[in-house]
Amino acid sequence: MRLQKSTLLALYSVLEFAADPGRQITSAEIAGKYGVSTHHLSKVLRDLGRAGLLESVRGVGGGYRFSGNTKRITLMDVIELFEDISGRTAKGGTGHNGIKGALASVLAEIDETAKATFRSITLDTMLMLAQRAAAERGTAHDELRSAPSS
Amino acid sequence: MIAIDAEVTGLEKTDYWYEVYRRYGASRTRQRLFLVAEAEGTVQGFVVGEVRDWEFGSPPCGWVFGLSVRPGARQAGIGTRLLQAVCDRLRHAGVNQVRTLVARDNTLVLSFFRSQGMTAAPAIILEKVLEKALD
Repeated sequence: MRLQKSTLLALYSVLEFAADPGRQITSAEIAGKYGVSTHHLSKVLRDLGRAGLLESVRGVGGGYRFSGNTKRITLMDVIELFEDISGRTAKGGTGHNGIKGALASVLAEIDETAKATFRSITLDTMLMLAQRAAAERGTAHDELRSAPSS
Repeated sequence: MIAIDAEVTGLEKTDYWYEVYRRYGASRTRQRLFLVAEAEGTVQGFVVGEVRDWEFGSPPCGWVFGLSVRPGARQAGIGTRLLQAVCDRLRHAGVNQVRTLVARDNTLVLSFFRSQGMTAAPAIILEKVLEKALD
């Protein structure tokens, strides 16, 4: 499953903000962390701000702060701001020998699974999964370090 | 139980739940579990669990179904404790994996199980309508 670059940036950003809800973070900080252009990221953050997921912070340094409930906002809430996923349905008639329609049904199966997955993962759950992944990586590093040299 | 399920699903399945209780609650076996969460003398939620051996090409696995909490008693961690309790007993029964089946459009229940660390299993349910035989 591939998501557009803007969508991925939006997800990374929202999760960075949601991980520390009170904290004010600048576009430059996140851009640096993920190795992307501040210009592109600023646009993404502006869109997230307009959608009410982030609130812009006035004054010196600027930046944004998380705005919302991490237990209620889902991955879909972010993704649908940047991709035409929620409303996607099998289009067109059955076409020649029913081929178009039948293939559209197959693709719709996959779409429905993707949508259900995104709708059922809250930011809270996503952060929990991220923590687990980080912990497992740490364990893997420990195992590599303690492995006897041949 | 029947009342909670009726409140949640809108369907009163009296016979079904009596049968579930008979199979999972009445007999004392480690492989079948029927747990309830009680607060102030009333049942606020319940969960049914079972060990299923070698289904769908999988080694013995714990299955959880019917986890339900009275709508008025939610957001208090009861669902989490019910799942933990049934998982403890499933581990005690010898399995190290738990699965559950949820309707694709049941976002609420899907979100709950995912919040408990469950992710999609490498399995798919397939279905078809059985057409009436022409005889």
